[in-house]
Amino acid sequence: MNILVCISKSPDTTSKIAFTDGNSKFDESGVQYIVNPYDEWYALVRALELKETLGGSVTIITVGGSSDEAVIRKALAIGADEAVRIDADPKDAYYTAIQIAEYAKSANFDLILTGKETINYNGSQVAGMIAEALSLPFVSLATKLDFSGSCFQLEREIVGGIEVVEVSGPVVVSCAKGMAEQRIPNMRGIMAARTKPLQIITAAGIEGQTLFVTYDLPPAKSACKMISPDNMDELVGLLHNEAKVI
Amino acid sequence: MTVLVYFKANLGLSKVATEIVTYAKKIGEQVIVLTNGEADANTLAQYGNYGASKVLWDADTNTTDNQVLSRLIGSIAEQEGAKTIIFTHDNIAKAVAPRLSVKLRAGLVSGAVDLPNSEGLVKVNVFSGKANGFVKVSTENKIITLLPNSIQPEVTSTNCPVEAIKTDSGESAIKVLTTKKPEGEIPLPEAEIVVSGGRGLKGPENWGIVENLAKALGAATACSRPVADIGWRPHHEHVGQTGVAIRPNLYIAAGISGAIQHLAGVNGSKVLVVINTDPEAPFFKAADYGVIGDVFEVLPRLTEAIEKFKASSN
Ligand SMILES: Cc1cc2nc3c(=O)[nH]c(=O)nc-3n(C[C@H](O)[C@H](O)[C@H](O)COP(=O)(O)OP(=O)(O)OC[C@H]3O[C@@H](n4cnc5c(N)ncnc54)[C@H](O)[C@@H]3O)c2cc1C
Ligand SMILES: Nc1ncnc2c1ncn2[C@@H]1O[C@H](COP(=O)(O)O)[C@@H](O)[C@H]1O
Repeated sequence: MNILVCISKSPDTTSKIAFTDGNSKFDESGVQYIVNPYDEWYALVRALELKETLGGSVTIITVGGSSDEAVIRKALAIGADEAVRIDADPKDAYYTAIQIAEYAKSANFDLILTGKETINYNGSQVAGMIAEALSLPFVSLATKLDFSGSCFQLEREIVGGIEVVEVSGPVVVSCAKGMAEQRIPNMRGIMAARTKPLQIITAAGIEGQTLFVTYDLPPAKSACKMISPDNMDELVGLLHNEAKVI
Repeated sequence: MTVLVYFKANLGLSKVATEIVTYAKKIGEQVIVLTNGEADANTLAQYGNYGASKVLWDADTNTTDNQVLSRLIGSIAEQEGAKTIIFTHDNIAKAVAPRLSVKLRAGLVSGAVDLPNSEGLVKVNVFSGKANGFVKVSTENKIITLLPNSIQPEVTSTNCPVEAIKTDSGESAIKVLTTKKPEGEIPLPEAEIVVSGGRGLKGPENWGIVENLAKALGAATACSRPVADIGWRPHHEHVGQTGVAIRPNLYIAAGISGAIQHLAGVNGSKVLVVINTDPEAPFFKAADYGVIGDVFEVLPRLTEAIEKFKASSN
């Protein structure tokens, strides 16, 4: 089974969020990047598990600049066989998805995995866009993924429940919690990652469809009002009269 | 300008659907609702009250498959000349809207929290709720998915006509074997009030006090990640950066320390109440109302006070 896993980077969760250039650009100074947790913990690890039982290969792909090679090496250290970097600034989800779809057209993948969303822009857009660009079925927010016989069996989150589905490949799947357990790369993996193939591809010339023009930070909360644990009637009164939420 | 609103039919009037119809009415002149699956025509007609001029109802296309739905919605958008499509940001929209964005060359803003501003920029939460971004859509066609509880539904008009339609949107490549639905619970992302418990509850056997308070408030229940990881509570209740992100009107956190990854999923809530024995718990810094105390004493007292309040205001 040949699997393509889409990997993005996201700022470490403890990063300070600030903006520069008149609030139009994310301030990257001092920011540590990690592999987007959904991509690493769920998509990549499940891909490796499938490969271990079924054979085949796992390719990771990222749309990003050369500074993204650190997160690529991390994903290789966890066990991916090879990597592709499409050399471009991922302008928006559409731009990113079309680049990945163009690459995928030239190769034969049985399965394309993404994370559920990136934790910086939380768009949840890229996977569905890749699926449409390739006219493939798309199973979103999958929490379980198996392959037997000739098709994939999946569980996915739907509005208020879980759906159990079956589909034959090729298919695009976005991966949510439950799919797999996090793997910590070992020393051997880290050493091996240094020599695994990393192909750099020139981006296709296309335009994005959306643009983040400015950012702002939510206003600081006013100080928390403390209420005595013996006076829950007061809390109820405040929630009703002052906060107007009950 | 014609705006198309899509939601999967539901037997009752759905609050999130009234939100997106209201939203569409505020940005367009004519609002057309498209829905599919099992529904009740009289209920659908009530979306007219929120501004819909008609409802198109495809009862036979009873699927949630994003490939079929994107064909259905795409063809209706073209037929009706709608250049803007609005969804509620649920699991269906998260899959269908990106497909349509490619199919219709329509720039997609997902998870909007407000109406477009005077420059047409749409506000979304970014960096797990730690900042807001303002998005410009460069294409003529536009798609917006709106987070629940971002706009107050408004009744502005009267019932509207409901047209039953038949379409051919093709077969789904995905075969649904079974669906498992928890019975009678309020879906977490839609809940206006959420009561949430953390490790401070000490064990699954103690969740009765959380559930009782939730019941008194008509609230949904949630939990922190370690609580779901050790199996005290089901995974779908886990809120935070790696779980569900919610933005209810009221979030009550009991025995949760308020780690940054937890806050990321709940800091969009309008009002935060924190109950914790530790006055130094980081959650108090983000809270509107705080109670320093033991959940085992405070939660039952709060439940009692709510019940008393509800009884007196009836
Ligand atoms: C990459 C990453 C992603 C993560 N994603 C998430 C996420 O999505 N959601 C999430 O929740 N966490 C997430 N976490 C974990 C997070 O960092 C915290 O560890 C977690 O939120 C702590 O859960 P807790 O508050 O229930 O437990 P604890 O931190 O153990 O806090 C328990 C609290 O209960 C209080 N307490 C104890 N007894 C009582 C009592 N009798 N009455 C009142 N209060 C009491 C204590 O004072 C304490 O503040 C993530 C971590 C990482 C590294
Ligand atoms: N720049 C990128 N390169 C490769 N994959 C990406 C990139 N951005 C997003 N993805 C993938 O798409 C998923 C959803 O991202 P998003 O639509 O931005 O929430 C992520 O979890 C990744 O798997």
